[in-house]
Amino acid sequence: MSGVSVPVSIGVKRTPATQPVAGAFGNSIFVIDQSRCIGCKACVQACEECGTHRGRTMIHLEEVDRAVTTQTAPMVCMHCEDPTCAEVCPADAIKQNEDGVVQSSLKPRCIGCSNCVLACPFGVPKYVADFDQMMKCDMCYDRTSIGRKPMCASVCPSDALWFGTPEEFGATRSGTLVNEWWFGSQYVATKVRTVAHSPGAIDVLAATEVRPWQDDPFGLNELGGAP
Amino acid sequence: MARFPISESDLVARYGPHLNEEPPGGWNAGIDVDREVHTHCCFCGQQCGIVLKVKGDEVVGFEPWYEFPFNQGKLCPKGVKRYLQNAHPDRLLSPLERDPSNSAGFRTVTWEEALARTVREINRIQAAYGKDAFAMLSGVSLDNEKSYLIGKFARLALGTANLDYNGRLCMVSAGVANKRALGIDRASNPWSDIPLAEVVLVIGANIAECAPITTSWIWRARDHGAKLIVADPRVTPTARTADLFLGLRPGTDSALLGAMLHVLIERDWLDHDFIRDHTTGFEEAAEAVRDHTPKWAEEITGVPSGRIEQAAELWGTSATGMLLHARGLEHHTKGVENVWAAINLGLVTGKFGKPGCGVTTITGQGNGQGGREQGHKCDQLPGNRDITNPEDRAYVASVWGCDVDDIPGKGLTAEEIVEAIHRGEIRGLLSICFNPAVSLPDTSFTKAALDKLEFYAVIDFFLSETAFHADVVLPGSLHEEDEGTSTSVEGRVIKLNPSKRPPGNARLDWQILCDIAARLDKGHYFPYRNPEEIFDELRVASKGGTADYAGITWARVERELGVFWPCPAEGHPGTKRLFEGGRFYTADGRGRFHPVRYRPPAEVVDNEYPVWLTTGRVVSQYLSGTQTRRIGPLVAQYPEPLCELHPRLADPHGISTGDLVRVTSRRGSMTLAAKVVATIRPDTIFIPYHWAGHQAANQLTNRALDPLSKIPEFKVSAVRIERVGGPGIPLVDERDMDLQ
Repeated sequence: MSGVSVPVSIGVKRTPATQPVAGAFGNSIFVIDQSRCIGCKACVQACEECGTHRGRTMIHLEEVDRAVTTQTAPMVCMHCEDPTCAEVCPADAIKQNEDGVVQSSLKPRCIGCSNCVLACPFGVPKYVADFDQMMKCDMCYDRTSIGRKPMCASVCPSDALWFGTPEEFGATRSGTLVNEWWFGSQYVATKVRTVAHSPGAIDVLAATEVRPWQDDPFGLNELGGAP
Repeated sequence: MARFPISESDLVARYGPHLNEEPPGGWNAGIDVDREVHTHCCFCGQQCGIVLKVKGDEVVGFEPWYEFPFNQGKLCPKGVKRYLQNAHPDRLLSPLERDPSNSAGFRTVTWEEALARTVREINRIQAAYGKDAFAMLSGVSLDNEKSYLIGKFARLALGTANLDYNGRLCMVSAGVANKRALGIDRASNPWSDIPLAEVVLVIGANIAECAPITTSWIWRARDHGAKLIVADPRVTPTARTADLFLGLRPGTDSALLGAMLHVLIERDWLDHDFIRDHTTGFEEAAEAVRDHTPKWAEEITGVPSGRIEQAAELWGTSATGMLLHARGLEHHTKGVENVWAAINLGLVTGKFGKPGCGVTTITGQGNGQGGREQGHKCDQLPGNRDITNPEDRAYVASVWGCDVDDIPGKGLTAEEIVEAIHRGEIRGLLSICFNPAVSLPDTSFTKAALDKLEFYAVIDFFLSETAFHADVVLPGSLHEEDEGTSTSVEGRVIKLNPSKRPPGNARLDWQILCDIAARLDKGHYFPYRNPEEIFDELRVASKGGTADYAGITWARVERELGVFWPCPAEGHPGTKRLFEGGRFYTADGRGRFHPVRYRPPAEVVDNEYPVWLTTGRVVSQYLSGTQTRRIGPLVAQYPEPLCELHPRLADPHGISTGDLVRVTSRRGSMTLAAKVVATIRPDTIFIPYHWAGHQAANQLTNRALDPLSKIPEFKVSAVRIERVGGPGIPLVDERDMDLQ
C-alpha cells in the first residue's frame, strides 16, 4: 500500500480475502486488465451469444474519454466477496453462490428499485425495464459450470479479459494479480482479479501511470507547436 | 448496357444492405444444435479457427475453437457475428437479368437462360473486339481452389490476358518487394515467433482493428519484456500502449525508415557478418540514406528526431526483433519502396531467419496470402510463377494439358482494367468477390467506367453496389457453403469445411465457372467432380514454384491443424520460419538491399487542399462491407463513416463532434459527421472506407498507382474541410434501415 493512504472502511467489518470456495470455476480465476483493451467489442458481441444470455449482453465496454484517448474499459461483474449490490437490496433478491458468483436478481423478489445499480462501486448491475429486473454478468454460469471459459474471456483478442488458473497466469503473464480496491473510503475485495505493477489494494481515485509520450503523442510541444 | 436499371435508392430498397439481427429461429436456436463444424472465419487474413453451430441447414451460432493454435478461441466482433450472413433477407436465390421495365430492376431467369446469355455475350464481344476485350476481376476472400480455378478459367476458358484481383488493393506492394528482395512472397515467420522478439516495430498497421488477434501475440512478447514501437498517423488502440510512438505524417514512411537506417549505420548497430555473408547491395542502400538524417526526417515526417533515434536504438541494439507492416505502409505510390525500406532494416541488423526475427506484412484479406499465389493475378501462374517466364509457362501448360501458346501473356492490373473499360478497350466483364464501386479509388470514375460496359456478369451471394451495374447476376455461394483451403497470414494452409448447402437456386461458385467453361467448349480442361480434385491439381501446378504446395493434402491440413508452405513433398514437415541460416530464395541465395530515397506522394497539400486525408478500416466492418454492412450488430457498432480530426484542426472551423462537415478533394466531395479527437495528427483527417454511394471515402481518393505493384495510393490525398451544419440532421443512411 505504499503511497496510498488507507482510510478506515465505513461499512460492515470485513474479513480478509480468503481463498474462494472451488465450485463452478474449478481452480480457475477471471482476470481483467483494462490497460490491454482495444475496444473491439468482441466481448460485447459474444456475451449475447452465450446460451443463457441469448441476445442480451451483460458486459459493459465504455470509452474512457474518446476526445483524448482510445482507452476503453470493459467491465464484467467483479463478484465481490461482500457484494454491495446484495447489501443494499431491500428485497434480499441478490444471491451469491457457494463459489462466490453473484447472480442477477431473483425475479420473484426483485422490486426494480435500482438500489444495486446506484450502489455498485464498479457500475455493473443494470435495471432492465423489459423484465422489470436487475440483470448482470453471471460469469457465464452455464459455461463455467461445465468447465468452459466464459464467452468474453474466450474471444477477447488482447487478453484484457482472461480465464485460467493462477499457475497459467504466472507462467504466461507479467504483472501482479490484485483483488482488493479502495473507492474513497470503501474497501472492496473481489473474486475477479485485475493486474497491477505491484501488490497492494488499488486506490481507484488515484492517478494511473502513463508513458512519457502520451501527454503529447505527436510531439507538438517538442516541435514548437507546428503539426 | 451496364447502367443501373432503376434508381440507386430503389436498388438499395430492394436488394439492401438490410440488417440481419438474430440467428435464424431466434435466440433459442443455438441451444440444441444438430452439428458443430470446425472451420475458419470468412473475414480477414488472420483466418481464426471457429466452430459453427448448425441446425437443419442453417448456421445458428458459434462456439470458440480453443484448440486451433493461432487464435485459441479468440475472435473479433466480425468473427462472433459472421454467422448472421446466413439466412439473410438479401441473399440472392435465383439468377437475375437486368430489366429496367421491371420495378425490381432485374427479372428472375433460369440458370439455362443466364448462362446461355453470358456465354453468348462473351463470344460476341471477343469476336468483335478481340479476346482481351473481355476481362475478369476476382478476389482473395475466395479459397485457394477457386483462386486457382479462376486463373485457369480466365486463361483457358475465356482466353483473356485481362484477369486481375482485389489483392491489387491489398498487399501487392509487399508482394513485389518481398519477391525482389527475398525471392519469396510469404510471411517471414509463424506468429509464434512474435513472443520471441525483444522489440516489435509496427508501422502502418492498425492491428487492434484490422488484425485484432495479432494483439494477443504482441502482448505475449511484451509479457516477456519486449518493447513495442508503433508508427502511425493516429494513436490507434495498439499505439496507445506502445513504449515509443512515432506519429508520422501520411506518405512519409520511407523518410522515417530511411532515417532509422541512417542512424543504424552511423552508430554501427549493424550485423556485419550477416551483411557480408547473406546479402547484396548494402553500399547502394547506405548511400541512398546518407543525407536522411533524423533532423531532416523530422521536417518530412513530423516525428521528433529524438524519437527516431530512440526507435533506431531499440531496433539496432536488440538481439531479436519483428517488424510488422500492413496497408499503411503499402497503399502508396511508393508502396514497394516503403516495404524495401522496412526489409533493409531487417537485413542490416541480421533480423531474418532466426527465432523472433523477421520483417513481414500482415495480410489483410481472408485468403490474402494463398489467393496471391495460385495464379489469378494478371502476371502470375500457379505456384507464384511468372506468366512471362517461358519455363514457367511451359510447366503450367504441361499440367493443364494445353499448348503453351494457349496461355495468354501478362494482362492489366485491377485499376488498369477499369481504366481500359473507361477508354472503351475492354467491353465485357465477369467479376466475382470484388466490389470496385466501393473499394477502388475515385468512385465516380469507377462508376462511369462500369456504365460503359456492353456486358457485365457477376457471381455473388448479395447484390453488391458494383453488381447494381450487372446485366446478368449468377447467385453463388457463401464461405460456409463450400469446401476448400485458404492460407492464413502466417503462410499456414488451413481447411474450410462446409456447414450447409447454398439456398434456393444459388450454386457453388466453382460449379458455375465449370459450367461456363463447358459452354465455351473448354469443359475438357475443367473435369472436376469436387474441390479436392481442384486442390490436387493445384498441388501439381505449384510444384517447383516458390509457393510450393505439392506435399500438402487436405487430410494433412486437417490432421496437423494447418501446414506451412513451401512443402515440396508429402513427407516434408512444411516450412514455418523462412530464411533459416540466412538462406534467401533469390537466385544467389542472398537477401537484396534496395536503395530507397524518400520521395513525396503523388498528391501533396497546398493552399486549396491543405489537409492530408488517410483512409482505413474499423474493427466491426470488413473491406467494402458487402457482408458486414448486412449484419445488424456490426452495423450498430459503427453505423456510418465518421471524419476523425484533431481539435487544432477542428477549432478554427468551429467543428465539434457530431457536426456535419464537407470534405472535398480534386475527385469529389462527401458530407459526414465529425469526430474530434486528439488521437490523430492535427494536419490529417481519417475516414474509414467501408461504405457505398455518398458515404464512400473513395469518392475522395486518388487513382495514382505504384509503378511496380500498381497499388493505388489510398493512404494519401489532399483535401479541404468545412463545417456545413450542426448535429440533428439525420445521419443514418436509408440503406441501414431494416426490412421491417
